[in-house]
Amino acid sequence: MGDYTVLIISSILINNIVLAQYLGICPFIGTSKKMETATGMAGAVVFVMTLAAIITWTIDTYFLKTLDIEFLRTIAFILVIASLVQFVEMFLKKSIPALYAGLGIFLPLITTNCAVMGVCLINIKEEYNFLQALTSSISYAIGFGLALVLFAGVRERVILGRVPRPLQDTSIGLVTAGMLALAFIGFRGLV
Amino acid sequence: MAKTIGQEFVKGLWEEIPPFRLVLGLCPTLAVTKSVENGIGMGVATTFVLVCANMLVSILSGVIPSKIRIACFIIIIATFVTVVELMMQAYAYQLFLNLGIFIPLIVVNCIVLGRSEAFASKNKLVPSLADGLGIGLGYTLSLTVISAVRESLGTGKLMGAQVFPSSFEPFAFMVEAPGAFICLGLLLCIMNIIGKK
Repeated sequence: MGDYTVLIISSILINNIVLAQYLGICPFIGTSKKMETATGMAGAVVFVMTLAAIITWTIDTYFLKTLDIEFLRTIAFILVIASLVQFVEMFLKKSIPALYAGLGIFLPLITTNCAVMGVCLINIKEEYNFLQALTSSISYAIGFGLALVLFAGVRERVILGRVPRPLQDTSIGLVTAGMLALAFIGFRGLV
Repeated sequence: MAKTIGQEFVKGLWEEIPPFRLVLGLCPTLAVTKSVENGIGMGVATTFVLVCANMLVSILSGVIPSKIRIACFIIIIATFVTVVELMMQAYAYQLFLNLGIFIPLIVVNCIVLGRSEAFASKNKLVPSLADGLGIGLGYTLSLTVISAVRESLGTGKLMGAQVFPSSFEPFAFMVEAPGAFICLGLLLCIMNIIGKK
């Protein structure tokens, strides 16, 4: 069990997907202007990332590796993620309309969220077994959500301040993210 | 409206230079710019994918049904990314190891998909080629600038050569994640000052 605790803590805090691994920056900057959109995006990512990691891990282990066609991994993974997103969208629209209304507009954006594909590739690269892959992808997704919600909170305050004109918008956003990343470096001593 | 081929090419180098003017493709920008070598390698790989994908998309744009065009574009892009991946593995193995998962992640780089959707699907072969080449070179240029700033301040060296006197204490901070964010934020700020006359 100890290994899994270490894996969870390091995936959420130490190797935070956005602030330490540089993945998923576009939605991180794009949807963090309001707390409401940030929480919506975070929810959608947790949902899709977990599903995508499970499916791509299964495909890679039982299909690509047994047939020895690992060079098709990139194409296979992106197709899986794109169709999964479509499928999830249709499924939610039909059976859980309330959730769909909340996540709706963020779902299509996730196809090009490199954090999702990144986590799938990390799972393969680290040669995780199924349970480890599942744990790490949920933890990474929570880490993404945590960073996004924290960042949105900071950004809502920054908008109220008087920012010099050339620094406005994305520029100050990136500098703020830098400060947040600096704070996350402090977690390195944990494990 | 009618731009010459030359203009299509040049706009990628200044007017619409990613990631400063078009704020897209930030993840690789931040991740691989620890050293100039990696920055240029990533830039060249992305340029290759951009040019090839733009050309193929513009040729096939009449055939692809508009409802499933995004899926088709992604498959086209993924094909060329696989080509780059295999070629790098064969001819530039050290670079392949340095860039790691960011090579397959060119697939989800919004610049490539963005150009296919916004430009190549509506234009003919030659302008698409010029557009891809221009944006690609612009991206390579930006990556080189960012990585030069980070590498020289973070290690005191530039491509192995000492640029600061040995008494200079390197900011190890610059080659870490926070340095990447802050460096890009400040460079964007400088671009804003230059851009707004």
